[in-house]
Amino acid sequence: MAKVLMKGNEAIGEAAIRAGCLNYFAYPITPQSEVAEYLVRRLPEVGGVFLQGESEVAVGYMIFGAAGAGVRVFTTSSSPGISLMSEAISYIAAAQCPAVFVNIMRGGPGLGGILPSQADYLQATKGIGHGDCRLLVMAPASVQEAVEMVMKAFPLAEKYRNPVMILGDGLIGQMMEPVEFPDQLKTEPSNKDAWATNGMDHRKSKTRNLVKSLFLDPVQLNDNNLALKAKYDRMRAEEVMSESYNTDGDYKGLIVSYGTMSRVCRTAIDMLKTEGIDVGMIRPQTVFPFPEKAVAEAAMKPSCMHVLSIEMSMGQMIEDVERSVKGRIPVSWYGKCGGDIPTPEEVIDVVRERIA
Amino acid sequence: MGKTFKKPEALSDAHTHYCPGCTHGVIHRLVAETIDELGIRGRTVGIAPVGCAVLAYNYFNCDFQEAAHGRAPAMATGIKRVRPDLMVFTYQGDGDLASIGMGEIIHAANRGEKFTTIFVNNAIYGMTGGQMAPTTMPDQRTSTSPFGRKVEEVGMPIKMAELLAALQTPAYISRQTVIKPKYITKAKKAIKQAFTYQLENKCFSLVEVVSTCPTNWGMTPVQAVEWTEKTLLAYYQPGDYKVPA
Repeated sequence: MAKVLMKGNEAIGEAAIRAGCLNYFAYPITPQSEVAEYLVRRLPEVGGVFLQGESEVAVGYMIFGAAGAGVRVFTTSSSPGISLMSEAISYIAAAQCPAVFVNIMRGGPGLGGILPSQADYLQATKGIGHGDCRLLVMAPASVQEAVEMVMKAFPLAEKYRNPVMILGDGLIGQMMEPVEFPDQLKTEPSNKDAWATNGMDHRKSKTRNLVKSLFLDPVQLNDNNLALKAKYDRMRAEEVMSESYNTDGDYKGLIVSYGTMSRVCRTAIDMLKTEGIDVGMIRPQTVFPFPEKAVAEAAMKPSCMHVLSIEMSMGQMIEDVERSVKGRIPVSWYGKCGGDIPTPEEVIDVVRERIA
Repeated sequence: MGKTFKKPEALSDAHTHYCPGCTHGVIHRLVAETIDELGIRGRTVGIAPVGCAVLAYNYFNCDFQEAAHGRAPAMATGIKRVRPDLMVFTYQGDGDLASIGMGEIIHAANRGEKFTTIFVNNAIYGMTGGQMAPTTMPDQRTSTSPFGRKVEEVGMPIKMAELLAALQTPAYISRQTVIKPKYITKAKKAIKQAFTYQLENKCFSLVEVVSTCPTNWGMTPVQAVEWTEKTLLAYYQPGDYKVPA
């Protein structure tokens, strides 16, 4: 397919359809309402299901119900809405159902603001819902990458029978970029008869399926949590994605940055290079699992004296960066979190002050 | 002559955890008989609530999902919208449906979702140990209204059937009880009617079943039946509140 110019939010909606997901439930919230406005027209063309729920709380459970019934289903929201959905996300993870949640992050806490932010990093990677649940979280840095990640998200959710989150900042949703859609995926999860409540008549076994998260027996609950942990460990082993930039030669400092912020850092790195200052960058594409090994290896280059975690939050990803660097060299944070995206010049000033 | 009264196929062999004098068992049976009679067990998905019936999936023999407290109508919406060929029912208590799940049930009913809700109203929270519900009667003592429900502080008990019947969207809304055989026959008819409307893809359907909780009411099963008939049924009057055209 030829390249088309699309707004991030609309491209995310189209990518889901091309991933074979024809079921969408959502509640309006800025800055991602264009996904619903796109899909309400597009889904009927492909025989899909669109429903605007009465709240993000209810939408979370519409997703749970549909996922439990064995269909591909997804929703999109933004920070305060994801907080409300996080109850359902915990249940979906516990009941081991596949579903995709897109968070086009806006500023917080509270109502915060409607401009781009990356302040839901800890919520997405470590604190989504109660109990020992985790999401596989992918963070796109362009509309093209958002499309590719949405299309990867459904098969990954089915591989792990676990919710997958696309963690984009407001800019990814709002900006227009050229995008080329990958080939259409198959429409349905392949193994659903083993667990989905899709009606006994549809299954060879003719035995009933249960989708549940209550385990009153402590041994059974511990077993379920061990099964979840095994999946999260497998994600750590098999699904880590990151990109490195300007790390082939020597560099005095290393930036770790993701999403829109990483694009600003890339520009800053290019500008610094013309002045003869080399800085490398690791861009996590999955933030859970975090690319610990890539960050550690890049930080251990003998020329590297300092690691900067640059994020549109007050210092959230830095906890994972520090965990990866393990105190071997200094790690510091720089960021802004009001919706005002740091400029390359601001990043350059920070690099000069702390590294060069 | 062969056996004429037997356990419905839609019920499992498990012994229930319900207390003596509780009416959940009767209601389970009426739902299971309906599923058998309509021949829909192989395409039925039940949604268990949070409350005494949280383990309902152990007693029914069909596909089941388990909701968070109050969210069953949203889950049923999700299933029914993506798989309209499935028969979907929620089974919810009064704490679940009329308190924490008020938003979900009203919006599901108002959208005219084509699933069935069995709403078991015993005027108290059962599983958490007998706390006040939105349906608790004036002056009724519970563990969180130890001196009786004070209407001036927490308002009057909510009449869910009347409240839902006031919505303009077509629906089948009925209130029944199962405390005596004469009521059970009518309740069965209403439950079967509710499932039939879903089978015909006609409308949202809800049957409120006024029920007993001798354990948390501090009564014997016989006293509980008497109190239900005298007090609850006077306020929660049985009947069809809304029937689709």
